[in-house]
Amino acid sequence: MSLMNKHEKLERNSLLLLVCVIVTVLVGGIVEIIPLFRMETVIEPVDGVRPYTPLELAGQNIYVREGCYNCHSQQIRPLRDEVVRYGHYSLAAESMYDHPFQWGSKRTGPDLARVGGKYSDEWHIAHLVEPRDLVPESIMPSYSFLLERGAKLHDLKSHLKALRTVGVPYTDEMIEFAEKDAIVQATGEARADTAGLEERYGEAVNARDFDGNPDLISEMDALIAYLQVLGTMVDFEAAKAVEGGEE
Amino acid sequence: MTDEKKHKKEVDKVTGVETTGHEWDGLKELNNPLPRWWLWVFFICVIWSCWYFVVYPSWPVPGGATEGSSGYTQFKELRESQNEIIARQARYLERFEGASFDDIMNDEELYAFAIAGGSSAFKDNCATCHGTGAAGAKGYPNLNDDDWLWGGKLENIHQTINYGIRADNLDTRVSQMPSFGKDELLKREEIDAVVDYVLSLSGHKKKDSYDLGVKIFQEQCASCHGEKGKGMREFGAPNLTDKIWLYGGDRATVFKTVYYARAGMMPAWGERLDENTIKQLTVYLHQLGGGESDEAVIDEEKVIEHVEPETDTEYSNEHAE
Repeated sequence: MSLMNKHEKLERNSLLLLVCVIVTVLVGGIVEIIPLFRMETVIEPVDGVRPYTPLELAGQNIYVREGCYNCHSQQIRPLRDEVVRYGHYSLAAESMYDHPFQWGSKRTGPDLARVGGKYSDEWHIAHLVEPRDLVPESIMPSYSFLLERGAKLHDLKSHLKALRTVGVPYTDEMIEFAEKDAIVQATGEARADTAGLEERYGEAVNARDFDGNPDLISEMDALIAYLQVLGTMVDFEAAKAVEGGEE
Repeated sequence: MTDEKKHKKEVDKVTGVETTGHEWDGLKELNNPLPRWWLWVFFICVIWSCWYFVVYPSWPVPGGATEGSSGYTQFKELRESQNEIIARQARYLERFEGASFDDIMNDEELYAFAIAGGSSAFKDNCATCHGTGAAGAKGYPNLNDDDWLWGGKLENIHQTINYGIRADNLDTRVSQMPSFGKDELLKREEIDAVVDYVLSLSGHKKKDSYDLGVKIFQEQCASCHGEKGKGMREFGAPNLTDKIWLYGGDRATVFKTVYYARAGMMPAWGERLDENTIKQLTVYLHQLGGGESDEAVIDEEKVIEHVEPETDTEYSNEHAE
């Protein structure tokens, strides 16, 4: 009996086959899955990444609701052409507070991982209202209704709480002031006291009337607040240490 | 055991192949060996995977993963491919890096290098607002013409790109037009008068309120837009006497502009792009059609200096009448 016929032993003994299958799957499973249970093995911490403010979170919810991820990715791969076009490649830490993550898998439109600060608020409004006014060849739908619809702020507290249970480090204070922080951020320094917001989320937080309509905290406010923070949290001078470890 | 021994001996008479010993209503299953090509592919894959384990990072170990003999990482691969381009550009970059705009404009090779780089950087970064052909859009100036808000010399363009306009940057270009209507600085009829006056500067008919318009304009607008409405580049205040409009030249739009004011914003690209790319963009924009040379601008300033006193007397004459 040659080596080629050894499999008959397994095929004729169901119990032995079962044991061997379990062992094989276990080895594969342990090697692939166990490391992922330990966050620190897959995400290198980077300075600057913070949880989203309540208003940005409301914006992310709109982003998900409208299915923006169907056409826009949020993941710059470490490939030369992408880095030239979109900027520094995405770090795992940058999406560690995204639930669900918005990496996407298709780019009908451009990648948005570093869109924050690339365009003015006015540009975003004009572009969301009628994309073809600015980019004639665009096939993106119009989202003009965002200007008229009030952002859903009353349940932000529950959103923050839910995210805390999956590991986003929101403090009790952040949860308590969720709705107020959202209102303050969409109102801006000129007409509201942003001290509390800045204390909780850092001084770099964008606080202004994003949609140019001070009478309503619209979904446009929330979405633009979210878009304007994308990819801007990390200080890449500090991140160099992480990359240095990879050399 | 007897079964096993029995089947081993059983051979199909027609094909001469051993059977598995399984039988369904008289049909027996042949025990043909696996196709050779399939087996070979399988063995090669096994050997390849062993090689892969050794050469590439593969096995997770506490604190990371095995590094692999090749030391491959995606970061390294990226750096290598970037270095490849840098090496290819090196013979231009070496000279481009330290070159002044004068050097670039006078060196055919550097100039071509700047245009090529600038053109592709423009499409990635600027075209979304200023248009693929740089023709602009409502609120975003056309960069093909010679009507500049903040100046069309190479140095002016470089500064605008580097620090932006009303951007989140300490050195950004800043000016703020007052919201004459919203902040109740002017009455409704005063705004109407000044709007009609501004429109008359570019060839529209003078209205009855012309004198009031002139007065309001001189009081409120002339400090930035100039006494003759020709604009002032140090404030990014547009020339109001031509037919080029940033937000639109119909009466309703001009009224809206005076009532609510305008404050277009451009990001500071120095924070996103490297100095070489910004220099390339500067040269690219400069040659699109409106670039100004140093001498030309000095001449123009002289002309304006000569003209302005005359306009003053014109206005005072009109007032006297």
